[in-house]
Amino acid sequence: MTMILGVPVAVLFGQLLLGVINGAFYALLSLGLAVIFGLLKIINFAHGALYMLGALVTVVMFDAFGVNYWVSLFVAPLLVGCFGVLIEYFLLRRIAHEDHIYSLLLTFGVALLIQGILTNIYGVSGLRYSMPDVFSGGVNLGFMFLPYYRAWVIVVALLVCFGTWFMIEKTKLGSYLRAGTEDSQLMQGFGINVPLLVSLTYGFGVMLAAFAGVLAAPIYSVSPVMGGNLLIVVFAVVVIGGMGSIAGAVITGLLMGVIEGLTKVFYPEGSAAVIFLVMVVVLLIRPSGLFGKEA
Amino acid sequence: MTIMKKLLTSAIASTLLVGGAQAAISDNTVKIGYLADMSGTYRDLAGPNGEVALKMAIEDFGGTVNGAKIEVLSSDDRNSPDVASSTVRRWLENDQVDLVAGLVASSVSIAVTNILKENDRLGIISGSAASSITNEHCSPNHIHYVYDTYPLANGTASAVVKEGGDEWFILTADYAFGHALEADVTRVVEENGGKVLQAVRHPFPTSDFSSFILQAQSSGANVVALANAGADTTNAITTAGEFGLTQSGQTLAALLLFLTDVHALGVESAQGIQLTTGWYWDMNEEARAWSDRFYEKTNVRPTMVHAGVYSSTMQYLNAVKATGSDDAQTVRKQMMDTPINDMFAKNGIIREDGRMVHDMYLAQVKTPEESTGEWDLYNIVRTIPADEAYRPLSESKCSLVTKK
Repeated sequence: MTMILGVPVAVLFGQLLLGVINGAFYALLSLGLAVIFGLLKIINFAHGALYMLGALVTVVMFDAFGVNYWVSLFVAPLLVGCFGVLIEYFLLRRIAHEDHIYSLLLTFGVALLIQGILTNIYGVSGLRYSMPDVFSGGVNLGFMFLPYYRAWVIVVALLVCFGTWFMIEKTKLGSYLRAGTEDSQLMQGFGINVPLLVSLTYGFGVMLAAFAGVLAAPIYSVSPVMGGNLLIVVFAVVVIGGMGSIAGAVITGLLMGVIEGLTKVFYPEGSAAVIFLVMVVVLLIRPSGLFGKEA
Repeated sequence: MTIMKKLLTSAIASTLLVGGAQAAISDNTVKIGYLADMSGTYRDLAGPNGEVALKMAIEDFGGTVNGAKIEVLSSDDRNSPDVASSTVRRWLENDQVDLVAGLVASSVSIAVTNILKENDRLGIISGSAASSITNEHCSPNHIHYVYDTYPLANGTASAVVKEGGDEWFILTADYAFGHALEADVTRVVEENGGKVLQAVRHPFPTSDFSSFILQAQSSGANVVALANAGADTTNAITTAGEFGLTQSGQTLAALLLFLTDVHALGVESAQGIQLTTGWYWDMNEEARAWSDRFYEKTNVRPTMVHAGVYSSTMQYLNAVKATGSDDAQTVRKQMMDTPINDMFAKNGIIREDGRMVHDMYLAQVKTPEESTGEWDLYNIVRTIPADEAYRPLSESKCSLVTKK
């Protein structure tokens, strides 16, 4: 068997593919953060908690009402998105004119509250959620066994990422959004309801997080603390990609998934730190991030 | 909320301090500090319900000892040795805490034992797993009560090797506990004629195990062992199921599984898994009766850690009562001289290295057909006698033992 640095090539292929799959999760989450920061200049530290809410709502809806996976895929993000709109309307709006650090602190507090309350109710051991039957099993690719569900994750995550990028960068609605955040008074003058636009944008970013949460429910242990660790990694991804860059967030997400996956093979102990190492290097060389506009 | 609670308790505590002092029990109060992960990965196996168990013991004991009040302080260590160290230092130096109980993550316990030794107070560790706590890290100021990695390896690993699983891939949580477990398992596997092909250390905590499961699948091993705990273990088991690890002929061995983990996984996905435990709520009449009382208060069945907190607190209070003192060395000596016979253990003995040795149990998770309720989870397959389960003193590196 051909080897690269003592690792069989077949194994390496498998790890690359897994890296892309994990990267798809990072991409979805960092995309939501990038949309929220890029358009609203809010540093959304509640993103991890909202991702967790997406997963938790899916499990709870199934346990209480027997709501299946496909319905959850739409309903859970919608519900959590509405919750996001409420956060924006009642809390974030009040500090919109303040420095960014205020939104960071506020959303961080909201995240701790959500996480703490739910931990008291559900504990941390994790809730059970079975894989939809359609996805049980997988396909043998020769170099690895690929569960159907992981294949589904990568396809749907990339579709959503592309759709979001397309909507913001290429459609009329997207141009309103970008213009509204650039010069809200002018847009108000044109008769566009900018505050509503802001609420909806925040809600949409939150929906992306919750959507990732629903995707995660069948494969990760669903518990109130599941978002905490992920959030920091995803922030690092956004910083590497360049705060606010939509395409940057997606590409960097995938890239970081792969880099982390490879680290898990060659030096597993360092796999939790490698993304932060990249972040440090990128910040030193290109402070505005790989895809950010030069300041 | 915990800050408020802490402020209140310390305010109350300091006003009480002014009261008269009896010669033997310092400040006429026995103070127990309960330190555990109250909000993170290890919350459910110890956490707030461990405090409930502790308070049950105090209540059953009568609320006072030789006329002295018994007080409880509690705090969240957040699985951080730094947070734990500063909390315990404050407890010992400002709040006159006599006993530190709970203690879950091994890294936390090892950090705390150093402070206990400096201040000559007592700690009883109920949640931690690392066998090094009473080996290279032993001290005259702590007792390790419920279980450790040595019997975990002895029980599960030797059973798996005897069934023909002789080539191992170990997936280890990269901190003190995982390293200790990996070392103990490697020893047991090799002693039984097996071989460890590869050990991979994953960061603690890790949420995605797919990459490690893939490495395990391509390692050529016939046993994939998980030397981790809590959410890491349940996540790894779920991912192993998803990637068809066992269908391809590999055996999955979870070396440390708590009742709460198995409950979270459910018998459907956990059925057949072998594990070693220090106690099971349904193992006998006495355990069941105590568990029923615990269930009434918490709505969950107790883990071995919860039971251990209750039992060890009871032992401690009995020793304080018998000696009329809360001095660490006096009480520890008395505890060592008194065999433990209660709902937790029969003929349990606290050795000079601080290890409480008692029978351990090899259990197997029931099938969905066998299980009659959400907490009816284990069949006890074998009792591992105390002297066979734990590291013999003859192999000890503990200075309290080797000095002799």
